[in-house]
Amino acid sequence: MIALLIRDLKLALRAGGGFGLALAFFLIVVTLVPFGVGPDPELLSKIAPGILWLGALLACLLSLDRIFALDWEDGSLDLLATSPLPLEGVAAIKSFGHWLTTGLPLILAAPLFGVLMNLPATGFIPLILSLTLGTPALSVIGTFGAALTVGLKRGGLLLSLLVLPLYVPTLIFGAQVAQRGAEGLSITSPLLMLAGITCGTIALLPFAAAAVLKANLR
Amino acid sequence: MLEVSDLSVTRGGVKLLEGVSFKLAAGQALVLRGPNGVGKTSLLRTVAGLQPALGGAIQFEPDGFAYASHADGIKATLSVEENLTFWAQIFGSNGVEAAMMAYDLRTLRERPAGALSAGQGRRLGLARLLVTGRPLWLLDEPTVSLDAEAVGMFARAIKAHLQAGGAALLATHIDLGLEDPTVLELSPYKAKTPVTDDFDEAFL
Repeated sequence: MIALLIRDLKLALRAGGGFGLALAFFLIVVTLVPFGVGPDPELLSKIAPGILWLGALLACLLSLDRIFALDWEDGSLDLLATSPLPLEGVAAIKSFGHWLTTGLPLILAAPLFGVLMNLPATGFIPLILSLTLGTPALSVIGTFGAALTVGLKRGGLLLSLLVLPLYVPTLIFGAQVAQRGAEGLSITSPLLMLAGITCGTIALLPFAAAAVLKANLR
Repeated sequence: MLEVSDLSVTRGGVKLLEGVSFKLAAGQALVLRGPNGVGKTSLLRTVAGLQPALGGAIQFEPDGFAYASHADGIKATLSVEENLTFWAQIFGSNGVEAAMMAYDLRTLRERPAGALSAGQGRRLGLARLLVTGRPLWLLDEPTVSLDAEAVGMFARAIKAHLQAGGAALLATHIDLGLEDPTVLELSPYKAKTPVTDDFDEAFL
């Protein structure tokens, strides 16, 4: 399983692997918003947590269809399904690989982008905390969506539509943590809800993803 | 090593084959023959467990087979050696060097797999079988896009595999010069009554 993770990371880092795509998209969202809503620092700092979370979520969504599509096209997925690895393990490793190549860079870049959005100083730690807790859920849910649409030609649109409603709870509680943190309020309850969502999705969705992969490989 | 009894095979909700029965012992090769569309690929995928059988039974040692389809599962941006090493790690075996030697890939080891020709890619795909270390090979048209020399390499590899106590189930139209391959002609097993009973398919 480690071999699969290492291979996926290598593929992501090499030419055409799509590493940095999410980061670039995140940067685009964050730099364009001030042009759209005007350069008022107070307004920006008010909407900063929400915009940063939305940007991270959309950036994550952008790279989802690569999770299984490439392996499906070149036949690796069939070979992995007949290999000693359980498909549940393949799905879990794929989510982890996706998080390492999109979620983690977003978390690391978020403080910098927070400055661009004039995020209040108190908001930085809650923002990073909420992204750290929330982005794994985005990757795991996304992997499930990618498994549902694997084998469909240009299934990207369907994938986005399937996954968006599943992303809503994570977005609500994640943005809530960042928002309340920026306002200096207590963040305990949304943080606990966010942690609960992440734990639940990590525990359950790899199994669901493996089940739909099996059905889709027929 | 492999025992298939009264197997029914479907593709896209249409029953293709019924009543297929055969046995494969160690050291034996079974060649599947039949016109295009008769169900050779579907039979192999069913045996590999990639699609469910409509009826019948398949018995073999669990995790005892390696499957090779039309697609080779090669990653274009990884080198030849990295591709093979990955599969060796997945199957928990070693033998990358021996596999590269058998298919004359050692001079290409640093080459990105995307820069290989179709025949070289196919050789890499077949070399993957050697690194799996699995006794039963399920091969779907293994000689596609291979030149005469490479077909010879494949024939040698499969003979060595059989001599070492392995077995192979392959769909091919080329005579590989195997000593006594059993040939299974699939046309007589063609399903008489194609039935659609896959509920999902009605909506696709």
